[in-house]
Amino acid sequence: MSNGNNGLKKGLGIHARRVIAYIVLIVITFFCLFWFYILFINATRSNGELQSGFTLLPSTHAWDNWINLLHGTLPIWNGMLNSLIVAGCSAVLSVYFSTMTAYAIHAYDFRLKKYLYPFILMIMMIPTQVTALGFVNLVDTMGLEDSFIPLIVPTIAAPVTFFYMKQYMESTLPLALIEAARIDGSGEFHTFNSIVLPLMKPAIAVQAIFTFVSSWNNYFIPALILHEDKKKTLPILIAQLRAADWLKFDMGQVYMMIAFSIFPVIVVYLVLSRQIVQGVAVGSVKE
Amino acid sequence: MGLENYKSLFEGGDIWIYAKNTMVMWIMCFVPQIILSLLLGAWFSDTRLRLRGARFFKTVIYLPNLIMASAFAMLFFTLFSDGGPINSLLMQIGFIDTPYRFLSNTGSARGLIALMNCLMWFGNTTILLMAGMMGIDTTLFEAAEVDGATSTQVFFKITLPLLRPILLYVVITSLIGGLQLFDVPQILTNGTGDPMRSTMTLIMFLNKHLYSKNYGMAGALSVVLFIMTGVLSLIVFKVSGNDKRKG
Repeated sequence: MSNGNNGLKKGLGIHARRVIAYIVLIVITFFCLFWFYILFINATRSNGELQSGFTLLPSTHAWDNWINLLHGTLPIWNGMLNSLIVAGCSAVLSVYFSTMTAYAIHAYDFRLKKYLYPFILMIMMIPTQVTALGFVNLVDTMGLEDSFIPLIVPTIAAPVTFFYMKQYMESTLPLALIEAARIDGSGEFHTFNSIVLPLMKPAIAVQAIFTFVSSWNNYFIPALILHEDKKKTLPILIAQLRAADWLKFDMGQVYMMIAFSIFPVIVVYLVLSRQIVQGVAVGSVKE
Repeated sequence: MGLENYKSLFEGGDIWIYAKNTMVMWIMCFVPQIILSLLLGAWFSDTRLRLRGARFFKTVIYLPNLIMASAFAMLFFTLFSDGGPINSLLMQIGFIDTPYRFLSNTGSARGLIALMNCLMWFGNTTILLMAGMMGIDTTLFEAAEVDGATSTQVFFKITLPLLRPILLYVVITSLIGGLQLFDVPQILTNGTGDPMRSTMTLIMFLNKHLYSKNYGMAGALSVVLFIMTGVLSLIVFKVSGNDKRKG
């Protein structure tokens, strides 16, 4: 594949353009990473050191900050555990049922199918914030406040995940395969679990990560539902940290807390960055 | 009686302020974001340029998108606080003498929110646009090359027009996302929308009503937001419906 810059006579030469591109990219990289670098540096410094000014060098107080944070007022392990439970269950349920829905629309013919697909896509566009009122009201009436059920169960209906799965199925799941399984006497449910799911593995991995991360980062809905300290997820604890009179805080602990809540996602991302970045592109080309 | 909530919602005049705030911050975030994304997308998809480490750069620019928005906002709050590291840094290099109060000035507070959102979303936009650019028929570029077009001409006369459907999709989905602006300003300003409610967004307003269980107003506001996103979504549908690459 060649591009429009071959045989370029006027305009900048290819070398100059390359140099400019690298400079811009390096500046952007700096702006993306600088904040996190400062975060991790500051998490290793004591409160006194933090007051005394800015530095790019790490200090030695990471462990002290960590111990102080653990013995502080924020139930961070509880928060981490709650976040893990909610995000983990959401990811599993959302991916499994979305794949199932996509399979139903892909492999079966039924009445009104024609309308179902655009209908699901339409729901995809409605932001959660808009329906929050009814949702919170419902949760109130059902007495499910301070429970993880309203955060986990609704993720079963995930139009975005469904859409991605449907796209992926169209390119990788031949109907003949399903026919063959049927002829061999495999039940429908068994076909789905043992033939369709394994074939969908790459798509499932990508979507599981996305669902996990978005649930992990979610603040709006959990903050309206979880009120008890022991039930709070990490974003709510961060908000609580912000709402507290933060000047009284040991800033080393504050940085440690922020680092603690974003660290797991950064690690997962660094391990799986390739699949994630590719996944974004694949899901978007054919919108 | 049912319409009373709508009346008080619009008559208070607050909703217009918040709608304006939301729009201003969206524009401040979106304009640099789309320019950056188009530029990066064009560079990454340009095979003649052969940028090394494209995968590394893509990994880096997508990273902020996955960071917890509330943690990111809290981080910026501490970094840009009056006695925070950024002020120390600026004073140490002699750029300013007294701490600049980033969060007490309308411009800088909005700017910070826009900067954070821009950082969080430009990677995503870049990847979307790049995918669109990769899909353009390469013979068009070859023809332009034969005709002696410069890379700027190629970009504005070929890439941009052909990218229009995906570009419009990006603009509108970003607008829908912009209407939902919440986590970052909420944490950064502790829900107050300070200074002088200039960073208060529509969803923060909604959240306030939901929190105080003022369901009448919250409902009216939800309906207004629903209609706004509904209209925008219809445009998306029309656009992607016309797109021949539709899967």
